[in-house]
Amino acid sequence: MDARQAEAAKSRLTPGFDADTLTHLQRLEAESIHIMREVVAEAERPVMLYSVGKDSAVMLHLAAKAFYPSKPPFPLLHVDTTWKFRAMYEMRARMAETLGFELLVHRNPEALAKGINPFDHGSALHTDMWKTEGLKQALDKYGFDAAFGGARRDEEKSRAKERVFSFRSAQHRWDPKNQRPELWNLYNARKAQGESMRVFPISNWTELDIWQYIHLENIPIVPLYYSAVRPVVERDGALIMVDDDRMPLRPGETPMMKSVRFRTLGCYPLTGAVESTAATLPEIIQEMLLTTTSERQGRVIDHDQAASMEKKKQEGYF
Amino acid sequence: MSHQSALIAEDIEAYLKAHEHKSLLRFLTCGSVDDGKSTLIGRLLYDSKMIFEDQMAALEADSKKVGTQGGEIDFALLVDGLAAEREQGITIDVAYRFFSTDTRKFIVADTPGHEQYTRNMVTGASTADAAIILIDARKGVLTQTRRHSYLVSLLGIRHVVLAINKMDLVGWSQEVFDSILAEYHDFAAQIGIKAFTAIPMSALKGDNITEPSDKAPWYKGPPLLPHLESLDVEDDLREKPFRMPIQWVNRPDLDFRGFSGLIATGTITPGDRVKVLPSGRESTVARIVTMTGDLPRAVAGQSVTITLTDEIDISRGDVLSIAGQPPEVADQFEATIVWMDDEGMLPGRPYLMKIGTRIVGASITEPKYKVNVNTLEHLAAKRLELNEIGVCNLSLDAPIAFDAYQDNHTLGGFILVDRISNRTVGAGMLHFALRRSQNIHWQALDVSKASRAAQKGQKGRVVWLTGLSGAGKSTIANLVEKRMQADGRHTYLLDGDNVRHGLNKDLGFTEEDRVENIRRVAEVSKLMVDAGLIVLVSFISPFRAERRMARELMEDGEFVEVYVATPLAVAEQRDVKGLYAKARAGELKNFTGIDSPYEEPEHAEITVDTTTLSPEQAAEEIVAWLAKN
Repeated sequence: MDARQAEAAKSRLTPGFDADTLTHLQRLEAESIHIMREVVAEAERPVMLYSVGKDSAVMLHLAAKAFYPSKPPFPLLHVDTTWKFRAMYEMRARMAETLGFELLVHRNPEALAKGINPFDHGSALHTDMWKTEGLKQALDKYGFDAAFGGARRDEEKSRAKERVFSFRSAQHRWDPKNQRPELWNLYNARKAQGESMRVFPISNWTELDIWQYIHLENIPIVPLYYSAVRPVVERDGALIMVDDDRMPLRPGETPMMKSVRFRTLGCYPLTGAVESTAATLPEIIQEMLLTTTSERQGRVIDHDQAASMEKKKQEGYF
Repeated sequence: MSHQSALIAEDIEAYLKAHEHKSLLRFLTCGSVDDGKSTLIGRLLYDSKMIFEDQMAALEADSKKVGTQGGEIDFALLVDGLAAEREQGITIDVAYRFFSTDTRKFIVADTPGHEQYTRNMVTGASTADAAIILIDARKGVLTQTRRHSYLVSLLGIRHVVLAINKMDLVGWSQEVFDSILAEYHDFAAQIGIKAFTAIPMSALKGDNITEPSDKAPWYKGPPLLPHLESLDVEDDLREKPFRMPIQWVNRPDLDFRGFSGLIATGTITPGDRVKVLPSGRESTVARIVTMTGDLPRAVAGQSVTITLTDEIDISRGDVLSIAGQPPEVADQFEATIVWMDDEGMLPGRPYLMKIGTRIVGASITEPKYKVNVNTLEHLAAKRLELNEIGVCNLSLDAPIAFDAYQDNHTLGGFILVDRISNRTVGAGMLHFALRRSQNIHWQALDVSKASRAAQKGQKGRVVWLTGLSGAGKSTIANLVEKRMQADGRHTYLLDGDNVRHGLNKDLGFTEEDRVENIRRVAEVSKLMVDAGLIVLVSFISPFRAERRMARELMEDGEFVEVYVATPLAVAEQRDVKGLYAKARAGELKNFTGIDSPYEEPEHAEITVDTTTLSPEQAAEEIVAWLAKN
């Protein structure tokens, strides 16, 4: 952050005596920071899930602010599937280093041994083994009792009903019918041995809020969000980027060079690109404001079954 | 989700600049599916262009499949989230929705109108700046309207909007609107809603939602959305005295010691004199630290880290306040409590209270009354069940800083947590401190617990025997006491027989009475320990929570829990007093092990298994343990 941006950020955070109200981003920021501090104060061993995407980038930035001048008192955990975009792996290494976080990477050894991948095993099994099982293994292995996740309530209907502090059984299961009431900003973080909490500090942010904040605070994001000419194939109605040579091409498929970008990031074979020329943050925001489809449309896992996210969440998925 | 601004396409930078300055309003919608609540929210999302094409396509498909609008778009489906609920056609929990206009971002708490879900509405209301109370114009002010309004008033929501919906179905009649308005006006005054705005509308058709409708030329006020955009939010929070519950002590190295928190009310500037409660220590604000530089001033709603000019002892749970107008400090209160758990509130049972960032033990008295939320009548009550609201007194383990809820939601609003299940079982709002807590002054006496115990050459403590009826507790306790007397110890034995006939003869066997029974025994034991005695307590005491309460009354090491373990079948077979037979025959209600649970100790200091040990052997083990510890 350069001097001009620091000055700008400061003026935003410092309402003058005449300013009537805090802006929506200031209030969202204050709420997220409050949530993170509550977790650190009450949990024994917190961790922040890091997915390398834009929401994670915002969470990281908020964590740095929440505990300044201390370093955030928890490590980052990346539950890796080995199938992320290469640019994401580069970003991961860079972020942990610049921000001085301890970075833990977990890959489900069973999925690794069996070579689970979305092409041979389908997206459902791939997600279940690498992400859902992988996450549970990592939480158990390190004994984390609170895990921050970057999920937002505007993303998906089942998330709209999830608490900020989401209680999980010792088996990591979520029970949507039996959630703790959450009043004012009083979060109940108490739990028995083996039980845990998933905590969502940016629950009340929307996609637009995230982009505006990234823009205002000059937060680094993976270049894949900006459009560039990239090799893609059209498959089942989605544009899939050929990110490395592990991707088997179907008969008749030849990668095309197209100007594309990504609205969300995940495993590259499961993430659809959109054709776009938006190469700056304002252009990305402009495109998003004018667009007519929702963010998750590019995610293949949501199409597997109706209410699929709710089922996955009950089984322990974020 | 294009906002309708032409700026987006023409000059995105200018648009972004303008949108940095949006404010935020949280509101709650109250009403049932029948009032068109979900339809209203769906309509707001739709009209503010928050619905994408793919969502719209899914909505159209769903409307045909499960819609209630004869194949027309059913906005309610947009809002009703979880699979199970969609099948039932009702919303069963609190869901949060988001939309924004050119000037404001909105967070909508959507809560069900069903009677059994008071809990959800109170939850949604706790964070709302405004409430929209929906009325079906054909039906007028209903019981549920009164219930919702009462809860809105109870939670202190400042802005109330009466949305008189389905006006198209009453021919946009001004007469209908006026009569509903008049009726509501009288009722609102009764429950302390000082001001509200009534708007005639049709959520289904989109009249008076974003644009003034030509259907009701007689209505001169604003449509719903412009009204919500105009409500003042950050309000008087800033005008109130400075308060910040300390969340976290920020200590990166020996040179920096900051206190992090979210400012609840007021403003703060370096140089301001501040007071820490409950300790009462004072200091001066040195810096307001953030990652992007120190602030010259911070206001309610900001998360900051404050440093002080003096090294004073402050920890999480304390409240930082402006020195001239500190909050009160007390440990006994009157409060309104909303019960939120399937297991009812038990007077006397120790719960945990979280208020601000403080967690403290709390017990609740029998309700003074409970409120019938439909009629607002005050009713006598022994306890509170799920979704019941009552006024009770609270007694805390330690004094806390507080303001009345009506003055400060952060310093007066609290949740109650069950110590065993860790569930959030209730929420409440403090009214005022009970003066008697300030009148009880403990005399500091030269003769102390330690000197009394020393005089007797022993350590005062409680040996608490718990177990099923017929387990052999009293037999073992008697043997232990005999042994100790022989060793020259000063002892006393409290058991069901000597206590039930005197001190506790007014108590029966309901859950409440059993809790009170144990409370009294624990308090008497505490006095005896203070007198330097070794107290043997022989009580079934089936509930963990009550045994824990007794344990927490004593100092560390004074409470020795002995689990006299006997399988139910064995105890029942012994049935020395013939009680199991009576209980089985239904002549004895609430009998532990039969129709009332026994919760085994999880961390008893001593466990004696009476299926393998004789009473003499068991007593020997206890005496040996006491000699060693």
